Amino acid sequence: MSAATGSTLARLQDTDLSAVEHARDMGLDDAEYQRAQQVLGRVPNKVELGCFAAMWSEHCSYKSSRVHLRRLPTTGPRVLVGPGENAGVVDVGEGWAVAFKVESHNHPSYIEPYQGAATGVGGILRDVFTMGARPIAAMNLLRFGRPEHPKTAALLAGVVKGIGGYGNCFGVPTVYSSTDFDARYDGNILVNAFALGVLRADAIWKGTASGVGNPVMYVGAKTGRDGIHGATMASDSFSEGEEQERPTVQVGDPFKEKLLMEACMELFAAAPEQGGLLVGIQDMGAAGLTSSCFEMASRAGSGVRIDLDRVPTREQSMSAYELMLSESQERMLLVAKRGCEDAVRAIFSTWDLDCVTIGTVTDDGMVRLVKGGVEVAVLPARELADDAPRYERPFAAPPASPAPAPTWSSIEIGARAHVCSPALAPKSWIYRRYDREVGAGTLLDGSNAAAALVRIPHTQRAVAMALCCVGRWCSADPREGARRALIEGVLRTSCVGALPIGATDCLNYGNPRVPEVMGSLVEGIEGIREACLALDVPVVSGNVSLYNSTDERAIHPTPAVGVVGLVEDFAKALARPARAGDTMAVIGWPPAGPTLDLGRVRRLGELLRAMRLEGESLEAQPVMEGGLVSTLVELARRFGGGLFASLPSWGDAASTLHSEEAVAAAVVLPPERLQEAHQRARVADVPFEVLGALGGHHFVVAAEGAPLFEWATEALFADLEAVIPRIVRGERA
Amino acid sequence: MSTAVVTFPGSNCDRDCALALREGLGAPAARAWHKDHELPPGTTSVILPGGFSYGDYLRCGAMAALSPIMAAVKRFADAGGPVLGICNGFQILCEARLLPGALLRNHDGLFHCEDAELEVSAGGAGMLMCFDRRQRITLPIAHGEGNYTADAATLDRLESEGRVAFRYVARDAQGNGAVNGAQRGIAGILGGPAGNVVGLMPHPERRSGAHLHGADGLVLLRGLVAAGQRPGEVRP
Repeated sequence: MSAATGSTLARLQDTDLSAVEHARDMGLDDAEYQRAQQVLGRVPNKVELGCFAAMWSEHCSYKSSRVHLRRLPTTGPRVLVGPGENAGVVDVGEGWAVAFKVESHNHPSYIEPYQGAATGVGGILRDVFTMGARPIAAMNLLRFGRPEHPKTAALLAGVVKGIGGYGNCFGVPTVYSSTDFDARYDGNILVNAFALGVLRADAIWKGTASGVGNPVMYVGAKTGRDGIHGATMASDSFSEGEEQERPTVQVGDPFKEKLLMEACMELFAAAPEQGGLLVGIQDMGAAGLTSSCFEMASRAGSGVRIDLDRVPTREQSMSAYELMLSESQERMLLVAKRGCEDAVRAIFSTWDLDCVTIGTVTDDGMVRLVKGGVEVAVLPARELADDAPRYERPFAAPPASPAPAPTWSSIEIGARAHVCSPALAPKSWIYRRYDREVGAGTLLDGSNAAAALVRIPHTQRAVAMALCCVGRWCSADPREGARRALIEGVLRTSCVGALPIGATDCLNYGNPRVPEVMGSLVEGIEGIREACLALDVPVVSGNVSLYNSTDERAIHPTPAVGVVGLVEDFAKALARPARAGDTMAVIGWPPAGPTLDLGRVRRLGELLRAMRLEGESLEAQPVMEGGLVSTLVELARRFGGGLFASLPSWGDAASTLHSEEAVAAAVVLPPERLQEAHQRARVADVPFEVLGALGGHHFVVAAEGAPLFEWATEALFADLEAVIPRIVRGERA
Repeated sequence: MSTAVVTFPGSNCDRDCALALREGLGAPAARAWHKDHELPPGTTSVILPGGFSYGDYLRCGAMAALSPIMAAVKRFADAGGPVLGICNGFQILCEARLLPGALLRNHDGLFHCEDAELEVSAGGAGMLMCFDRRQRITLPIAHGEGNYTADAATLDRLESEGRVAFRYVARDAQGNGAVNGAQRGIAGILGGPAGNVVGLMPHPERRSGAHLHGADGLVLLRGLVAAGQRPGEVRP
């Protein structure tokens, strides 16, 4: 960067503030401002400062987490694209691959639940189809405050409506949802959205701006003033009473996104004889045009020159600053091959979408922004994107804060209250708000199975998926809690017969400048790493969401982990419905302390998978959150009737029912296959114990030959299904 | 001879319908684009699939009813050709006045995605030839606006002329569909000069094989294809 070019740039307009104050206002600290000055060799102007602030925000740069994220295992024989692109890509055979990622939209969803959640779904869908993949499944993980908190009802209703409103219209089935309520999320809800798409393994697109002279094209919706500063907002904490001052949240248009996706699919497939029309493509997500320009140029080691006057706008006289930082939705930046502009434009006009050449690829490594014929910003791409600051923030051992065990007057009352708690109660009301079957490929969904299972179109293959995390466990032990997030995903996908082949994580934590919070993040990453290594599951994509705290009160550490598994012949993974007379067994080991044994998890997963694919397991559910009683109630609910279960010999009745320290799963078996299943477990050296059978209209639990309690299933199911609607109505639990 | 599946820009069940025809029935499917003025050559039956035709920020199906392809669909229907509208397709048929009535927001204001048990009220003829009258089937619904509404005279006429095709088995105290408030529990109706136009809210293409939890939907699609091959027999 020469000083001569700098001198032609506009000075800061607003003379009330010094540049350093502007920088603070935008979220850069003083050291970062100094670094920006060093990069340029001069004082940056306001547009440039805005670009620095956005690119160096936590959201775009991962500056607090990057040094630790490097520890995650990200490679494997099936991994085609690992972290760093818009989504990770994993080979699923027969020339097909799946692209997937999970991302947070926590802060916007707290401010405006419908649009915040909707645009969270829109953003993750774009991340996936930008890679060339047609989305075939979506999941979400939602965390709200306590049910009786005055905001919870409206936040829950709004977020669920927003997710459905976007996904249902776009046409992606929402097949799995994890929802929990806890006072620790009172002021900071979590909305994590996952999407998965399918593509040919040899047709993966990336966000790269290479080839000097190639046109940079803008496609999709017009730019407005919505969401300016979204990236920096996502990198700051809330304080009470500040909500009114927060910047506008983006507004989603799922119909526009559907058009954009279809047009992109046509573009990807166009002109195969000449090797396609496209060089690279990236969605304009957080930090909009800024992040897409800098990241695409940085990845290619090139530069771009952008004429901001050509950007399609839907508001009058937008400034360069606003154009660069707008987070208007449903937009993409692409680099086409020179001479192919007309062919690209023709595709987008079929779908009635804007498609404008706004710049060209250069070779000087600079992002040059032109407005009114003059350069208003000249910035080095690499320094802002890949060479953003990285911090090794001090971290301290987080205090273990296990939740106190509840006390109940009797085993029966305790068990009933437990299974009807908001965390464990079925989420049917939420699932019904989502179109779970559009695409005609949903073989199983989370409303009625341990994991979702979705067919890969045109094949006999299917992918299983689940998105998991129990925040309470992470507060008790951040490392073990994170391990269990992956463990739960692995066991759930194994229950439906799938081999786990990849994971994506969304690391939701508090303020990383608090050493104990930073410590819990470091421990969480370590936990995921340990579990990934032991279970052979690479992390191929992910997202970090920090500053989830209000007035210094942080959320539970919540590393949400999405696990994706592969089934090679879905016909084998689909079982007949469970029926009266079927046998129920528990496989696995009794509770053995708070740290789950990863070797046992691996063996249990293998056995669950084999039993499913061999037609022995009709239903299966891991013993995880809520313990065995919760698992048994879930099996009864899926069956739609009663059961008799004699508790396994794990210890006293109360801890057998409630312990969350077992590596085990409950399975439903056809009686005629019981011997085979038992033998299979014996060969695998996994404990196997018959508990009882399905049937009747009562949920009966016995211990040592004597009944412990007996619940009429009609009343039990009614109680279970009433929990979430009551929270939505704002009634006390 | 093939079934034309109309693609509006916001259709999202068009591919699913084509898949059900091809995989479930081995029947050919052709795509008709919303900007086309004619159906594809050799069209013997038509599906208007589910989705959000033009975003449906106005009334569902209102803009689609005015699209170029709908003029062609109307000519086809008026000549007795079998036309099946599913979910958003049903809404479009009502907006285009090919079927009477309208589909309002569900009575509880919520989107519902769940299985619905249906009674086939007009089986045994036309597109419903493969069903027995009063047969019970299960198809999934997925809609926010499936509350079928018409004036009392229209409802009486639909019933007296045997043009109620499907009813929800679960009703509220007023006899309306429990899930969405649809009047008299109406989930689907038929119309056209020879009972050749059928609209319904549930999705038959999503129950088109054992791996999709059942094949009740395939029975309707088979009737659609067969009705197109035997146009003389399309009578309610």
